[in-house]
Amino acid sequence: MNSVFGDRKTIIILLAPALLLYTLLKIGPVAWSLGLSFFEGNTLRGFEFVGVDNFTKFFTDDAALQSLGVSVFFALAATAGQITLGYLLALLYVFVLRKGSSLLRTIVFFPAILPTVAVALLFRSFVAVGENQGPVNDFINFFGGDSIEFLATTSGTMVTALAMTLWGSMGFYAILLYAGLLDIPDEILESAKLDGANGLKLVRHIVVPLSLPILLSSIIFSLNATLKVFDSLLALNNGGPGTSTAPLTLYMYRTAFEYAEYGYGSTIALVLTLLCLVFTLAIFRSSQRKAED
Amino acid sequence: MKAFRSRRVMVATAVALALTPLSACGGAPQQASSAAAGGTDPSSFTVLTANENKALPATLDALAKGACSAENAALPLEHQKVAQADVVQKVTLLAGQGALPAHFIAGTAMVRPAGDLGKGKLVLDYKEALEKLGAGDQLLPAAAATVENVYGGVVSLPYQYNVEGIWYNKQIFAANGIQEPKTWDELKKATAKLAQAGVMPMTQAGAAGWPLTRLMGMYIFRNAGPDAMKDIRDGKAKLTDPKYVAGAQALADLTASGALGEGFSTRDADTSTNLFLTGKAAMTYDGSWLLSSINDPKRNTIGDTNIGFMAFPAVEGGSGSIDQFAANAGAVMAMSPKQFGPKVGEWLKCISKNYGAQALKDSGTISGFKVNEEVKTLPVMTSQIQEKITELKDPVLWFEALLDPKSNSLASTNVSLLTTGQMSAQDYMSALQKSVDAAR
Repeated sequence: MNSVFGDRKTIIILLAPALLLYTLLKIGPVAWSLGLSFFEGNTLRGFEFVGVDNFTKFFTDDAALQSLGVSVFFALAATAGQITLGYLLALLYVFVLRKGSSLLRTIVFFPAILPTVAVALLFRSFVAVGENQGPVNDFINFFGGDSIEFLATTSGTMVTALAMTLWGSMGFYAILLYAGLLDIPDEILESAKLDGANGLKLVRHIVVPLSLPILLSSIIFSLNATLKVFDSLLALNNGGPGTSTAPLTLYMYRTAFEYAEYGYGSTIALVLTLLCLVFTLAIFRSSQRKAED
Repeated sequence: MKAFRSRRVMVATAVALALTPLSACGGAPQQASSAAAGGTDPSSFTVLTANENKALPATLDALAKGACSAENAALPLEHQKVAQADVVQKVTLLAGQGALPAHFIAGTAMVRPAGDLGKGKLVLDYKEALEKLGAGDQLLPAAAATVENVYGGVVSLPYQYNVEGIWYNKQIFAANGIQEPKTWDELKKATAKLAQAGVMPMTQAGAAGWPLTRLMGMYIFRNAGPDAMKDIRDGKAKLTDPKYVAGAQALADLTASGALGEGFSTRDADTSTNLFLTGKAAMTYDGSWLLSSINDPKRNTIGDTNIGFMAFPAVEGGSGSIDQFAANAGAVMAMSPKQFGPKVGEWLKCISKNYGAQALKDSGTISGFKVNEEVKTLPVMTSQIQEKITELKDPVLWFEALLDPKSNSLASTNVSLLTTGQMSAQDYMSALQKSVDAAR
């Protein structure tokens, strides 16, 4: 077996079909889109070379900068929430519930398999006011408070969107991190306990450092997923009120497909790509520094 | 070495993950094709309509089996569907590939002379075509004028012709001693009286945005005159001028007074219609498409004879008139000149002569076509509105009608900020004017 995988030709033959398909389906359109960033127009009226005009436009476009802010805020807030809750759940599964955690794991994971749009509509109903008032406002009314129109304000919409995202994804991250925690050898934990490390001390000095690789992977997964958030914010409140919760992906979609400006749409996509790269590389860098320390 | 390699693999994975959004905008650029002078018939009369529009394909099917059976035998009718939200994208791609069907839905801005389809001469001029076919008189003059005003030419068939106004509950008005308000101040007094009596004065489906901008737009038309939005398009006026800002302020004040009830900014169309048709709200500003719900006894529990229809009130001192109703001709339905051969021409002629009566008979839909056959047993409200449409003179457009797509979208999305006190009337109009200027 070693001789097969040690042979460069074999590796190339085995990898080539998948690599070719990946290049055709992924790299090709990406390169094409990258090129389109320097043009303006669409498939119907044709394309005109505009150099770096689209990039200049992006940094003077208030709507684009607002969307950039929404994407970054949402990604940071959602990632912090998803990873924290996911990690706490994973610790609960491994160290408290142990073998009896399977039912809770299934229940908490369940929302991850639901379609995002359905979840968004569900949460929309939860916070509704007026004729079809939802349970959240019923609860507020029960304690004597006035109904709140959550989706009429930016902060209300954002809080609802974050609650929805956390509910939907914390189970997934809990499973991911749970798998990482299971890999920590029992002997190390036992010896740490014998040395007097318990509770928070054990988690801080033993569990977190040993589960750092999976923790970092989860952060990268989460950041990349939440930076590209689209369907949940669209279905929840159409990026509103106004455009105050419209992420960069929604602005890209509207620009390219509603306003038929493919060139500028590609530029927005490129900025989003760079953003994902910057965040990912920043995490790698920080993890490397930590490893060196 | 192993660690270095695995790090490289991880970086490559990160790059791949990050690249995903970039691939979303990939597309093959193509040259815009120009329209041929004389078209060639396709193998079928393919009609591309929005998924959401059930009535149009059904009525065309009824025509294919009835009045247009000969045309259907010569060139069979076929349907294609597209989601309303994807119309611009789909039509742009089809047109770019030279694959437009014979008859198709399109985006408003696309078919204007400066739009992508208009510029490429990819839409048929119905006025000229119908005259050549001897059916030049089959479009109602008001409908043809509305189409021409919105799109800069008769490039869409008026499968619907909707007049807009305020629908009100006669019983609620009578019980509260309210007469049809003729001025904006009277309307405000009426809403205050109704709110005091514990009745929701007016319901609007704020989630969609446009049901709110309609109120603002009508105030502007009454205040600044029927050409208010043409003046914006032509650069003769600015949305930041006092008469336009006053429109935004009037809407903000109306919503702040509680006239639209709790939760209006997230209320959807169905909920809003139900509030009115179950007697929970006294008024609603809407188009005559509401007739299909009014004529449905399952939805309308207040009875059709209990519903009145009135014009948007006048603004004191304004240059507009209360007689000017807003009208629209539904979604754009264009034809491809390239496929406009003799058989497609026969289809167009047959549709223009028979659609009006067929739609009225089948679904009570009022179209912009002449009704060439007596349709008996029409519901009360439908007859009244049909009569009003026939008498309609000087219809005005709606607020966003002449705006570019970006400004159109901004007007509808930002209105929720305006009506919930998160944006001032001046800021709302300034943002919109900035967008209009940027599109010039």
